[in-house]
Amino acid sequence: MTKNGMNLTLKVWRQKSDKDKGQIETYQVNDISEHMSFLEMMDTMNEQLISAGKEPVAFDHDCREGICGSCSLFINGEAHGPDRGVTTCQLHMRKFKDGDTIYIEPWRSKAFPVIKDLVVDRTGFDRIMSAGGFISVNTSGNTQDANSIPIAKDDADHAFDAATCIGCGACVATCKNASAMLFVSAKVSQLALLPQGKIEAKDRVLNMVEQMDAEGFGSCTNTGACEVECPKGISLDNIARMNREFMGASITSDK
Amino acid sequence: MAKLDAKIPKGPIKDKWTNHKNHINVVNPANKRLIDVIVVGTGLAGGSAAASLAEMGYNVKSFCFQDSPRRAHSIAAQGGINAAKNYQNDGDSTYRLFYDTVKGGDYRSREANVYRLAEVSTNIIDQCVAQGVPFAREYGGLLDNRSFGGVLVSRTFYAKGQTGQQLLLGAYSAMSRQIGKGKIKMYNRHEMMDLVIVDGKARGIISRNLITGEIARHSAHAVVIASGGYGNVFFLSTNAMGSNTSAAWKIHKKGAFFANPCYTQIHPTCIPRSGDYQSKLTLMSESLRNDGRIWVPKNMKDVEAIRAGRIKPIDIKAEDRDYYLERRYPAFGNLVPRDVASRAAKERCDAGYGVNATGEAVYLDFASAIMRYGKEKAIIIHEPKASEARIQELGKKVIEDKYGNLFQMYEKITDDNPYETPMQIYPAVHYTMGGVWVDYNLMTTIPGCYAAGEANFSDHGANRLGASALMQGLADGYFVLPYTIGDYLASDIRTGEVSTSSPEFDEAEKAVKDRLNFFINNKGTKSVDHFHKRLGKVMWDKVGMSRNAQGLKEASDEIRIIKEEFWKDVMVPGDLNEFNQELEKAGRVADFLELGELFAKDALNRNESCGGHFREESVEPDGEQKGEAKRDDINFKYTAAWEWKGDSKDAELHKEELTFNDIELKQRSYK
Amino acid sequence: MALSGFFLLVFLLQHCTINFLSVISPASFNNVSHFMGTNPLVQFALQPVLAFGVIFHLAMGIRLELLNRSSRPIKYAMEKASENANWMSRNMIITGIMIFLFFGLHFYDFWFPELNTKFIMGDMSGLNPEGGFRYFEELQHKFIDPIRVGLYVISFIFLSLHLMHGFQSAFQSVGFRHNKYTPIIKKLGTLYAIAIPAGFVFIALFHFINH
Repeated sequence: MTKNGMNLTLKVWRQKSDKDKGQIETYQVNDISEHMSFLEMMDTMNEQLISAGKEPVAFDHDCREGICGSCSLFINGEAHGPDRGVTTCQLHMRKFKDGDTIYIEPWRSKAFPVIKDLVVDRTGFDRIMSAGGFISVNTSGNTQDANSIPIAKDDADHAFDAATCIGCGACVATCKNASAMLFVSAKVSQLALLPQGKIEAKDRVLNMVEQMDAEGFGSCTNTGACEVECPKGISLDNIARMNREFMGASITSDK
Repeated sequence: MAKLDAKIPKGPIKDKWTNHKNHINVVNPANKRLIDVIVVGTGLAGGSAAASLAEMGYNVKSFCFQDSPRRAHSIAAQGGINAAKNYQNDGDSTYRLFYDTVKGGDYRSREANVYRLAEVSTNIIDQCVAQGVPFAREYGGLLDNRSFGGVLVSRTFYAKGQTGQQLLLGAYSAMSRQIGKGKIKMYNRHEMMDLVIVDGKARGIISRNLITGEIARHSAHAVVIASGGYGNVFFLSTNAMGSNTSAAWKIHKKGAFFANPCYTQIHPTCIPRSGDYQSKLTLMSESLRNDGRIWVPKNMKDVEAIRAGRIKPIDIKAEDRDYYLERRYPAFGNLVPRDVASRAAKERCDAGYGVNATGEAVYLDFASAIMRYGKEKAIIIHEPKASEARIQELGKKVIEDKYGNLFQMYEKITDDNPYETPMQIYPAVHYTMGGVWVDYNLMTTIPGCYAAGEANFSDHGANRLGASALMQGLADGYFVLPYTIGDYLASDIRTGEVSTSSPEFDEAEKAVKDRLNFFINNKGTKSVDHFHKRLGKVMWDKVGMSRNAQGLKEASDEIRIIKEEFWKDVMVPGDLNEFNQELEKAGRVADFLELGELFAKDALNRNESCGGHFREESVEPDGEQKGEAKRDDINFKYTAAWEWKGDSKDAELHKEELTFNDIELKQRSYK
Repeated sequence: MALSGFFLLVFLLQHCTINFLSVISPASFNNVSHFMGTNPLVQFALQPVLAFGVIFHLAMGIRLELLNRSSRPIKYAMEKASENANWMSRNMIITGIMIFLFFGLHFYDFWFPELNTKFIMGDMSGLNPEGGFRYFEELQHKFIDPIRVGLYVISFIFLSLHLMHGFQSAFQSVGFRHNKYTPIIKKLGTLYAIAIPAGFVFIALFHFINH
């Protein structure tokens, strides 16, 4: 522990359940080390609440190394806080200073209803995936050899870049329209770039976009905020590619 | 011994799996529709098993405690996945992968299982590429490989440092397809609370909806546990915060034997703890040891000066540094296996040479590599007279190309620039080789209850090689379990739907509710984490990297005390019927407390050093290997499978003798 | 939005070009204006298409904005939107509506009198009482009032802000994005968003000063 930790005022969204209205409550935490991760600061706050006989603040978190996509806080007006290229669990307290007031809110979107406090329901993403985020190939010990179809390194690399999306929902949280285009386009792009995925590319993009709209996500107006706040740096290229794929499929598909 | 029939097929090792598949029963497609299978966990093993079973036609119910199946902790695996494809033409083969894995596991795994693993490894790569997993490729468009974990061939397929993520998302995609078709019924944010056994067979589970608190009964004809490892018994580990042993432990208490709990992998290159608030540890890929040199200061006065901040590591001259791995293991140097590197770091830190405030950190230094690469690069770009500064600049660029994302991650976490100053690293708990005992078919000692992936004990012996965990999880889920489960289910086609209104379900549900009620009503004074941290400290200090009989006995006693206090004094705020993360943790820590005790008991029983398990009493007494781990094949060439007898301390040991027909047993040497 | 946007981009370009004739050569301006004002193809085919384009763009824009707003029923207590997106991209509805309001003035000034002269009074000659074309004269006459000129200038600033985002956004929406060409499109967009409104402003000020 450092001797001179920070004292912080936390403005935290509290909401008992999806039926509750919810409000911001203020908590004070003291002697916070700059080496702590943001979630460890939240742990400290919760330990404090528990000892005071109060209910701790619920928030999603799991791997705490920036890859599972569970953590999801809107910190001081930005998804995953003020740092770039990190998730909340990778955000460290050295980004704040003594005496700061920090707003901590859940992702806000009609499609991500609050479950409790800072925890939201992101199953809409799962449903979009079920609508088409896959290649229809059954498990088989007799698929063709992995090297039978060479894939241009650039295509493979771009597919990989798109595939690094962790499904955290920061794009939706950040977008002024709560649009899920970056998430959906990352999966559409990944699979559209690979020869294996091209076979059902048309149906995929149409079905995934249809489900995306049904979930209540907003539309893309190209503000580019999602790309800036995405902890994995998923590019707007993917959205453009999905727009292309979608237009092409809409015009040429039989359905 | 009758209870422990591994059901290893007869015949030569290379034909066992094929013959077995040819002769086991299969369920006809029309009947598969009438059969329900529950899969707990959606990581590589659970996800791939659920998807494959659903594709085959079974009705699958899949459970995960996370908010989405995609978040299972397999996602965090970095390095890669092994497969004996021999694409690099360097002489790899099924046998070689099999041999490396058995040897790497320090001859404590089951030969037949490992051979099968090596055999299906190639199918995994084919399957994943067909699913759209974007593995790294060469310019010619073919798949790239790298060498990993000190083996002699390049057989590791990878997707940058995110191989686990890409493989898991592949399995998740396959699951999503079946969810869309209604063949998998997905239960997100549901925790398995107990297994239900009817007439001696696994027939369902009791689940808790983590959002509403609703307790529900789910019946099935078979139950698959793929809930991962139990590294979080140490509180601090590289596992996810939610990773837990509860599903595995529940089935253990219902009759599934638990094998080799003491086999734990402690990974040498993790970012050290920075304070008591620490909630988890972060792994830095093993690949860093290819270029980093590990050292601590030779002189205590330098250690003190560094801790006080009076000098920096770069101020210490080369002759005042102790490159202890190079000193002790001249042949392998910094590339010794994980368990050896970890113990050596602990030895130096225990002797007082740790370089940070907690005394638990050593340096991983890239300065030599930067200069070496810089000089090479200077020659390539025709700058023979490059200044030292220029060479450094060139060298840093090379290092950045190789490890840029890791260096950046390190800097984000520690605020230190590893290009300028050595990294600090320390070992951390990473993987558990032990787990639920399973036979060749991956069935536990409970009929109809299976365990797959890290949750079972089967393939890694006493130590796991790098890039083998992903291979095993997917092998189990895609290519082993879907076949072997049919053998069991073939006799179940006339059962019809299993009813949940039986006394067995009543009883199981009541026990679950009673325990949850207890937690809420206990109104103690200390949080769940308080007990978890205490358990972790005992485990780390006395059941960690280096173990001895006295320490293990003390650990058992101490864990019992913590357990008693836990049940008396734990405080769980909030209500039963709501989203209550403290309540979730309470149940998991209660199970960890019991597991921790069995863990210590197993470690005490195994009076030999093998793989990740190091007993101070079992070291080479003299000669070149003096002080190194000494395996005891005469007394301990067995799998220790423990049967629950009402309390961890009363667990009964069953031994599965290991036979090695295709591999000669040797002592490992890295001198 | 993007398709109607492209259409309007083309319209704006030709509108600005023709107006610019009024600075260079009042006579050609008169000729072209007369052609545009009396050619049946322009009047009965292109003009309705334009009207439809404008109304469609506006209606879709408002609909989009309403839908998007409903996608986030509860707002953030603290939101630092400027950290990740520029003002123009976030406020297309404001700049758009300002431009629409400007249409009121613009139609009052030009389109309604035109309709009145041509279709109600039936004077398709395009001539003033002196026998010359009336268009240039009418144009110049409108820019005497400094308040009107001021309103025009402000409106064109809104137009510029709208175009700053709209131009490159339209390309992104139709999926035209390429490492090589997108930077050029972005530069072109900025150039367009400055040059076209600046052209209109210049024309207004020119006539204000030279009337």
